[in-house]
Amino acid sequence: MYVAVKGGERAIDNAHRLLAEARRGDSQTPELSLAQIDQQLALAVDRVMTEGSVYDRELAALAIKQARGDLIEAIFLLRAYRTTLPRLAVSSPIDTGRMTVRRRISATFKDLPGGQVLGPTFDYTHRLLDFALAAGGGGTEPVATQPGDAAPAEGMPKVASLLDAEGLIEQEAPDAEDASVGDLTREPLEFPADRDLRLQNLARGDEGFLLALAYSTQRGFGRNHPFAGEIRMGEVEIEIVPPELGFPVVIGEVTLTECEMVNQFKGSKTEPPQFTRGYGLACGEAERKAMAMALVDRSLRAEELGEEATAPAQDEEFVLMHSDNVEASGFLQHLKLPHYVDFQAELVMVRQMRAQAGAAGDTTDE
Amino acid sequence: MSEAAAVQSTGYNFAYLDEQTKRMIRRAILKAIAVPGYQVPFASREMPLPFGWGTGGIQVTAAIIGADDRLKVIDQGADDTTNAVSIRRFFARTAGVATTTRTTDATLIQTRHRVPETPLGPHQILVYQVPIPEPLRWLEAREAETRRMHGLADYGVMHVKLYEDIAQHGRIATGYDYPVQVGQRYIMAPSPIPKFDNPKMDRCPALQLFGAGREKRIYAVPPHTPVKSLDFEDHPFSVETWSKRCSLCGAGDSYLDEVIMDDTGRRMFVCSDTDYCAERRAAGHRGEGDGA
Repeated sequence: MYVAVKGGERAIDNAHRLLAEARRGDSQTPELSLAQIDQQLALAVDRVMTEGSVYDRELAALAIKQARGDLIEAIFLLRAYRTTLPRLAVSSPIDTGRMTVRRRISATFKDLPGGQVLGPTFDYTHRLLDFALAAGGGGTEPVATQPGDAAPAEGMPKVASLLDAEGLIEQEAPDAEDASVGDLTREPLEFPADRDLRLQNLARGDEGFLLALAYSTQRGFGRNHPFAGEIRMGEVEIEIVPPELGFPVVIGEVTLTECEMVNQFKGSKTEPPQFTRGYGLACGEAERKAMAMALVDRSLRAEELGEEATAPAQDEEFVLMHSDNVEASGFLQHLKLPHYVDFQAELVMVRQMRAQAGAAGDTTDE
Repeated sequence: MSEAAAVQSTGYNFAYLDEQTKRMIRRAILKAIAVPGYQVPFASREMPLPFGWGTGGIQVTAAIIGADDRLKVIDQGADDTTNAVSIRRFFARTAGVATTTRTTDATLIQTRHRVPETPLGPHQILVYQVPIPEPLRWLEAREAETRRMHGLADYGVMHVKLYEDIAQHGRIATGYDYPVQVGQRYIMAPSPIPKFDNPKMDRCPALQLFGAGREKRIYAVPPHTPVKSLDFEDHPFSVETWSKRCSLCGAGDSYLDEVIMDDTGRRMFVCSDTDYCAERRAAGHRGEGDGA
């Protein structure tokens, strides 16, 4: 059979060989192991897991290595892998109230049951380049930990529940046990979208995009007066209930960052003034993402709360249709594909219109 | 060496997608065929190729391709453009199907931006890659609103836009992705094919399927369905014409690409449909610039 093996095919092969070489870099430099990426570029792994929608540190590390550190490319690799995976079970809802907390802060109360736990944070570091790190040392002294430093969750009630007891914050009734949760990777997103789908979309959404949107609300484009009610990070158990057993079985533990924003609400005709909530959740240590997500989640509730929706961050279709960096990056970069047929159509059109305009100009001028 | 003989990748289902997903896509395709020109939402998957690079077409092809199909993939009318090569390889690798560049030999043709010059037959299916499936998108940005407009056949805004073009430019200033009305009902985006190709869609004996992966929509034009390019009685629809013929095969009836030859602006015009051009040359036709 005749097969077109022309320039295109050879060029693609060669380009991929060049890519493999560039990925490895100078062979005198030791190759990165997945464990090194997992351990020392842990926050990159966290971001790729979050936006790639797969909790697997090793696969995320592999994706980062394969993508030469391009995190959006790594997210794409992980997504393309994820889409082929079968669904074995749906877990029970996680309970972040039972998190083994490594970090927990609240900006709304000076002190609270369980206390403020800073944990591993960039906050309050002075952003001075640490040349000791460049020399291969520094920051390696083990931290003396007290038993119980990773705090037992029971002694750390959620801030929202403290406000809840006083009726100051909107009630959040859990869905019925058997209520199904939407999945936008299995059903196309339609508008208006329910909050479960919005949160799923935001959780998968690009951190930079959410950050900019959240920031825009802080600067007045749809301001919603947020307070960081609580941010907690730590380990949560994942349980499933196998139908043949009928009771929950723990299948593993994941690290999560959760942010509950507390937002002012003036009240409406039907609701007294009270605080409202915005929610953010991300895999691993991803505080900026979780906070941005919580602000945008609250913004997207404008209509539900009877607020005037005027800003981009309050516009459901605008936010949800443009948050996915795998979609956005693909469509942006498709401009590199040949468009010469369309361009030819434009050329023909513009030439015709110019010829016509020229002819018309000639007759009127002279 | 044939691509079909290329080593099949292990670990993935035939044509990459799992059977559940294929069934979901086939249901959407059947609905699309039942309601010509209507955009059916479907749960588009992440493919191993980027969104915007033909994932909608690839998913449609993957859902309908069989082991005995012969696949042709073109981009800009050409079989040898890089993305066409990449997609053809993808199916040769994951489905092990036979591939061809000959329009008449293909049972399934996936295309980006062109309809082949050689008329298609009832045994063939043409799958279009679609970037923006919504013909009203540039007039109304919101999906909720455009769906309503389609539901009510509320197309006044489109006619106003075309009228404004004529008032401003003396003609409808759209060269590609020129809107059509399918079966006297839905206004449809034909994908960014040049309007030159629009008449080929009308009452075409082949099934035409459209896949938009990123936008998660599938739509269809069933065989022999009337497809009308929008126009006005006093400004009838017309297609591009060239004063030149193809300099390789001498064709005067095909869509021509303009190739810049040197830095003094010398140009050559050649068929955008590489198979059409090659077939004509094989039959002995020659253009003025052949061999140059």
